[in-house]
Amino acid sequence: MNSLPVWPIMLPLGAALLAVIWPRRSAWIGIAASLATLTAVGLLMAQVASRGTLVHALGGWEPGLGIALRADALAVALLLMSSLVALAAGWYATGYFRDANRQSQFWPVWLLMLAALHAMLLSADLFNIYVTLELLGLSAVALAALGGGRAAIEAALRYLTVGLLGSLAFLAGVAVMYTRYGTLDMLALAALIEPGPASWLALSLMTAGLLVKSALFPLHFWLPPAHANAPAPVSAALSALVVKAAVYLMMRLWLDLFAPILGPASAWLLGLLGAAAVLWGSWSALRAQRLKLLAAYSTVAQLGYLFIFFPLLAALPPGPARDTAFGALVLMALTHGFAKSALFLAAGMIQQHAGHDRIEELGGTARALPVTTFTFALAGVALIGLPPSGAFLAKWQLLSSAIALGQWLWVPVVAAGSLMAAAYVFRVLGFAFGPSNGVMQKLADGREGLPALLLAIVATAVLGLGAAAVWHFVAPGALLTEAQR
Amino acid sequence: MLFAEITYALTGIGLFALGLRGSLLRRSLLGRIIGFNVCGAGVFMLFVAIAYRGPEQVPDALPHALVLTGIVVAVSATALALALGRRLRESEHE
Repeated sequence: MNSLPVWPIMLPLGAALLAVIWPRRSAWIGIAASLATLTAVGLLMAQVASRGTLVHALGGWEPGLGIALRADALAVALLLMSSLVALAAGWYATGYFRDANRQSQFWPVWLLMLAALHAMLLSADLFNIYVTLELLGLSAVALAALGGGRAAIEAALRYLTVGLLGSLAFLAGVAVMYTRYGTLDMLALAALIEPGPASWLALSLMTAGLLVKSALFPLHFWLPPAHANAPAPVSAALSALVVKAAVYLMMRLWLDLFAPILGPASAWLLGLLGAAAVLWGSWSALRAQRLKLLAAYSTVAQLGYLFIFFPLLAALPPGPARDTAFGALVLMALTHGFAKSALFLAAGMIQQHAGHDRIEELGGTARALPVTTFTFALAGVALIGLPPSGAFLAKWQLLSSAIALGQWLWVPVVAAGSLMAAAYVFRVLGFAFGPSNGVMQKLADGREGLPALLLAIVATAVLGLGAAAVWHFVAPGALLTEAQR
Repeated sequence: MLFAEITYALTGIGLFALGLRGSLLRRSLLGRIIGFNVCGAGVFMLFVAIAYRGPEQVPDALPHALVLTGIVVAVSATALALALGRRLRESEHE
């Protein structure tokens, strides 16, 4: 079955259309499509694990004229995360949107976002990546505006304008690449790529666009309002998946396509910005008054860690040490995806139950919402990077690579970021275990909190204890450049 | 006729910069929307210029096809921005 890479895109896309046609059945269609997508991704993963990277030429048109889909270990690992998070957040959304009208507005855009995300992960063509980047951006903006309030719409508009400028910069970079190399197929480009002003210009333009989209400090300003004002299932997907997609493209460009021609010096800039993001994001999360704003600033910080890996990977020669560090980067990204979506869903539960999400007035939450409070703590374990979470192993690997390479700067940054993460998680838990203020007295039904709890367990236990499998799957033969070695 | 190609490319870069400035610095929403459309037009112009292959040659069709896709995306994005802008105004009047 060579057409397997098509299904993770076509299933949500088709279901989005069905959800428009049958608005009253949209929740059922959405859940069924999410389950089917997860199954397709599972099959794809099994194929990639046994046979290696799959390439599929859409419609039988060979790359050059047609568009190729390429499923390698990195893409499939992120696909699995996205379909699991989407299933859990969608399951939660069936209870979150009480009104049938809201359900029918949510599902088509949600499924479109999923289709765009999966198409981006599987694209092996720079222009196709631009198109999926725009589709993802547009559907994400529509979802972010779903909250309906004035603040949500303002945040969505800023998100839209900033995102559009980001993708236009990316497109300008694509134009430069085409002028220089005459092809946009990434496999062909990997064989042709060479140092020179055109390559640097193209990489700078595409990087500038992606840094805006991945909200790397100091271009993160649009993220906290957009993520904090969206409905909880949407915030979960925006923070866990949509920003991660831009980081994935940065990994593709910096660690894969352009890796052979990049010196270690240029990646230092990304690392320094990442370090600033860790410090500033964690500090802002610590000072946040609202729970969802805390979660959004924590995303800014957690994305920073991913960028600290870039100078380390650039300094490591191809080989087992680089593969190990690369596996740690993927593990960090996956852990954050599960932990942050769990955190946002938990925050949504608290907000719906208490009627607000002001951190200092959350007394009694632990008694009224025991499952949700437990979820929040578990997700917090993964965000801080305590064992047995995946983030613990990833940070451990980050620190040992930094020490081995003599890049000492990152050690205090990671330590300070982790300490501040512990402080902002325990600050919330401290208030949650405090005395009730009257609102939070009734014990809530625990079943509603189940999707979030499962996500948090994946982040904290499954990814930590099963980390060897992730490393084994992702590290060898994951990349475009592998074909040339 | 390399001159024509360079003129187009430079105009494209100029429009890109102009649009970027407008969409970042304008206060009004409509100004920002027009700004990113100008910015996009600049990038499309660049694509038109790189399709040129010489006076007697047929231009490269691929960049032109890419521009068409780009225009569709820009139109949809503009529509979404305008729809959101209208929502914002309605919420002001309430």
